Amino acid sequence: VENVRLLDRLSSRKAALGTLYLTATHVIFVENGSEARKETWVLHSQISSVEKQATTATGCPLLIRCKNFQVIQLVIPQERDCHDVYISLIRLARPVKYEELYCFSFNPKLDKEEREQGWRLVDLTEEYNRMGVPNNYWQISDVNRDYGVCDSYPTEVYVPKSATAHIIVGSSKFRSRRRFPALSYYCKDNNASICRSSQPLSGFSARCLEDEQMLQAIRKANPGSDFLYVVDTRPKLNAMANRAAGKGYENEDNYSNIKFQFIGIENIHVMRNSLQKMLEVCELKSPSMSDFLWGLENSGWLKHIKAIMDAGIFIAKAVAEEGVSVLVHCSDGWDRTAQVCSVASLLLDPYYRTMKGFMVLIEKDWVSFGHKFNHRYGNLDGDPKEISPVIDQFIECVWQLMEQFPCAFEFNERFLIHIQHHIYSCQFGNFLCNSQKERRELKIQERTYSLWAHLWKNRADYLNPLYRPDRSQTQGTLRPQMAPCNFLYKFWSGMYNRFEKGLHPRQSVTDYLMAVKEETQQLEEELEVLRERLANLQKSQLNDNKVKSKRQERSKELGLSTSNNSLANTPQEYSNDLKSFPSRSPSQGDEEDSALILTQDNLKSSDPDLSANSDQESGVEDLSCRSPSGGGCLPSEDSGKDSDEAVFLAV
Amino acid sequence: MLRSSQPLTGPNRKRCREDEMLLGAVLDEGERGFIIDTRSAQAAKQARMTGGGTEPKSSYPQWKRLHRPLERGRPLQESFIKLVEACNDASINMDRWLSRLESSRWLSHVKAALSTACLAAQCMDREEASVLVHGAEGTDTTLLVTALAQVILDPSCRTLGGFQGLLEREWIEAGHPFHLRCARSAYSHARLKQEAPLFLLFLDCVWQLSRQFPFSLEFSERLLLTLFDNAYASAYGTFLCNNEKERRESTHSLWAWLNQPGEKKKYLNPLYSHNALVIWPSVEPQSIQLWQGLFFRWIRSSQYLDEAWAEIQRLLEGN
Repeated sequence: VENVRLLDRLSSRKAALGTLYLTATHVIFVENGSEARKETWVLHSQISSVEKQATTATGCPLLIRCKNFQVIQLVIPQERDCHDVYISLIRLARPVKYEELYCFSFNPKLDKEEREQGWRLVDLTEEYNRMGVPNNYWQISDVNRDYGVCDSYPTEVYVPKSATAHIIVGSSKFRSRRRFPALSYYCKDNNASICRSSQPLSGFSARCLEDEQMLQAIRKANPGSDFLYVVDTRPKLNAMANRAAGKGYENEDNYSNIKFQFIGIENIHVMRNSLQKMLEVCELKSPSMSDFLWGLENSGWLKHIKAIMDAGIFIAKAVAEEGVSVLVHCSDGWDRTAQVCSVASLLLDPYYRTMKGFMVLIEKDWVSFGHKFNHRYGNLDGDPKEISPVIDQFIECVWQLMEQFPCAFEFNERFLIHIQHHIYSCQFGNFLCNSQKERRELKIQERTYSLWAHLWKNRADYLNPLYRPDRSQTQGTLRPQMAPCNFLYKFWSGMYNRFEKGLHPRQSVTDYLMAVKEETQQLEEELEVLRERLANLQKSQLNDNKVKSKRQERSKELGLSTSNNSLANTPQEYSNDLKSFPSRSPSQGDEEDSALILTQDNLKSSDPDLSANSDQESGVEDLSCRSPSGGGCLPSEDSGKDSDEAVFLAV
Repeated sequence: MLRSSQPLTGPNRKRCREDEMLLGAVLDEGERGFIIDTRSAQAAKQARMTGGGTEPKSSYPQWKRLHRPLERGRPLQESFIKLVEACNDASINMDRWLSRLESSRWLSHVKAALSTACLAAQCMDREEASVLVHGAEGTDTTLLVTALAQVILDPSCRTLGGFQGLLEREWIEAGHPFHLRCARSAYSHARLKQEAPLFLLFLDCVWQLSRQFPFSLEFSERLLLTLFDNAYASAYGTFLCNNEKERRESTHSLWAWLNQPGEKKKYLNPLYSHNALVIWPSVEPQSIQLWQGLFFRWIRSSQYLDEAWAEIQRLLEGN
C-alpha cells in the first residue's frame, strides 16, 4: 500500500511517508526518498493487537501494538485498503498451526552439524553435575522417561536418594497437574536445595502418605537442617480459595518438620492487566509527571516486580544464610514458581550471572520444567486469558538487579532485551509449545535453530564491560537490600519505551566502555608481540625506547583521549501547549543531526554498524539475519538521524 | 540572554523610557526577542497590585512574552520537605511509594525547570532570538533558568572550570540569597519564610543532564553533592551571605580548595569528552529520575555504584 504515513508518538510532526508491505512473515514500512531507505520491519508473531481507529481527514489510522512494546501508528489513505491490511494482519498475527511460525522457514544458512551444535550449547545434565548432583543425597530419576508420570515435566528429574519411584508416583497423584516436587537448585556448600512443585490436592482434609514422604525425603537430603520451608507464592486468600476446589496448600500438622510461608504474588490475570495499564501510561501523549507516576502506581507493575524479587530474596536467604532447603510452589508450579526459583538461583550462584549460565538458567527453570510458552506468549492463536507477561517479569527482575549491582553480571541490558524479543518472535525454536514433550513431538531441534547459539555467536555485543569475575559483587550471593528500598525499583524505559529513541541517552556508556576495553586489549596484545620479538632479537636499550614511543603514538592515533564525538540530538517539544513559532524551516541545523560517531569507530572496521551501535536502540539491528532467503530482520530502528525540526511556540 | 527582575508597572501601568530603550537596544531593527516570565500570567497580572507587573506589548513591541510558571518560595520548600520525608519513611509500601513521590511534586518541578531552560535555549539556538528571563525578584527562578540554559547551550559551561564560573556568575554574583535560601534544609521544624531549595533544584537538573548525556559534563555527581553540602553548611565563604555586598573577603574560596590537583581528580567525570554541540534533554517523565545519589545518600549504601565507577575509571585509565 502506497502513501502510508508512519507517525511518531513523541513528535506529532515527525511523520514519515512511505510504502507498506505485507509478506508471509513480516510487515514492512519503507520510507520514501531518504537516501538511507529507512525500513521498519515487524514480525507477525510480534504483533499483539491491531486497532483500526476512526477515519480522519488525513486518512485511516491503524495502530499496531507489539509484544516487544513497539507501537506502530500508520495512517492509510484509503479506508478500504486500511480495512484489508487490518484483516490480513489479524489473521497473520494469529497462526493456527505451528508450521506457520517463522522458525520453520527461517534459514541462517548453517549446516546440519552447526545446527545440532547450536542445540547442544546448553546441556542440563552438565549443569546438574556442575551443581554437584547426582551425589549421596540426590539422584536422577527416569520415572518420567515417557512422560508417563507428568507430561509437563522433563524426562529426567532429580529427586532425593530416598525418594523411590513409588513415592514419586504417589506424590504426583497428589499434586496439581502431577507436578511433584523435584530439584531446581542444589547448593553444594551446605546441601540446602530449592525444590519446586505445584499445589497439593489437599482440599480441606485430604492427605497423601507418599507426598508427605516426598517432603520428608527432601528435608532429609539436607542433613544440616531439621526442617524444610514450604513457600507458597500465592496470596493467602487465593490459596485458601483453592481448597474449596479440592486443592490448596500443605498443612503444617500433616507434614512433619515443615515451616509454611505465604509470599503473595498475584496471578497471571492480575499481571496481564497490570502490564496493560502500564502500557496505557506509556502511550499517553505528553503526560505530566503526575500522570505518569499515578498511572505507573495504578498499574501496580513495580509492586509485582518487587513481590517476585522479595520472594527470591527470601528463598536465597533461607538457602545461603540459614542452610535450610525450600520447596516452592504456586498453583500449577509453572509461573510464579519458575520466576521465584530462577531469581533465587541468580542471587545465590554467580554462574547464573554469566552469559552462559543465564541461558542455562532459562533452559532449566523455564524450558525444561514446562513453562507454557505457547499459551503465555501466544505463539499460536489461543485463549487470551492464558496470555501473561510472566517471563517478562523475571527478565525485568534481572534488569533491576543489574541496576543495583552494575558489576555483578557478565551480560548487559541488551542481552535481556534481545532474549525477551525472541521469546515472542518465534524466530528460533527454543520457546515454542508448552512442554518438552510437545517440542520433542514436533521435532523442534531438527527443524529449527537455537537462539542460544545465535546469541553466543554475537556475545561481544552482550557483554558488560564492568564485569570482573574477581570482584566482590560477582562472587557469592547477591544480597539486595530488602527495606527500605521501594525507590530502588525503576521504570524500565529501555524495555517499555525501547523504540522511542528520543527518550534514551544518545550514547551508550556500555558500548563505549566495551570499545575501550577491546582497544586496550588489542594494545596489550600488540605489546606482548613486540615484547616477544624484543626478547628473541635480544636487542639493546635503544630498541626498547622505540617500542615505548610507538605505543604512545598508537593510542593517540586511535583517539582514546581526544574529542572526536559529535554527539547530536534534537530538541523535543518543550511546550505542552503546542503553539508554534512562525519560524525557520525544519532544515535548519541539519549538520548537527548527523549520526552518532564513537571515538573508536575507526577501530572496528569489521563492524560497520558501530556508529549505529553507539545508539542504545540500534543493538536490535544486530539481530537481523539478513540472509537472502527472506531471513529475519528485526525492525531496523531509525539510526541516529532524526529529521530536524525545531520546537514551535505560538506567537 | 538577559536577566532582570520584574518591571515595576504597578496598577497604573507606569512606563519607563530608559527601560524601554535598554531593551530596545538589545534587538536590531526588525528582530524579535522573547521574554520568559517565570510566573504564571495570572500571578504576573496580580503582581501589578503590589507595584510589580509585566512588560506591556505596546511599550515593548519587539518582545514577545511567554509565561512558564516555576515554583519557588514556600511551596518549593514544602515540596522538598515532603520528598525527604517520603524517602525516609520506611513504612511506605511499594503500592503507595509512587503516589507519595508524586504528591511531593518535586519531579514535576524538575521537569518544569528543565523544560523552561530548554525553551530559553531553543529561543536562542533555534530561533536565534534574544531572551530576557525574569520572575519577580530575579534572584530565584530567573537564575535557575539562565544557569541551566547555559549548561544546555554552552560546552564551556560543562567543563569543571566553566561550571564554577557559571555558578559564580549566575548564582553568586547575580545575588541569589544563599543565606536565606539554604538555611536549614529539609529536616528543620522551623519553617523559615525565605527558605527555598532553588539551588538544589538547579543541581538536580544538572544531574538529570549528566544522566542523559553521560559523556558531556566534565564533572561528576560528586561535585554536585559537594556543592549541595556547601550551600547549606560550609567551611568556605563562597556560599555565605546573600549577595556580593554582604560577602566578606576574609574567608577561603571553595573553588580554590576544589581546584587543587589532588582534590580536583575526585570531581572529574572519567567519561568526559568535549561535546561542542547543544545538549537537548528529554523531559518526558520516563527520562526524569529521582536523584538517588542525593536523596538516598544516607539511607542506602552506594558501595556497588562506587565500585562500578571505580571500574569505569580503571578501564579508562587503561590499566
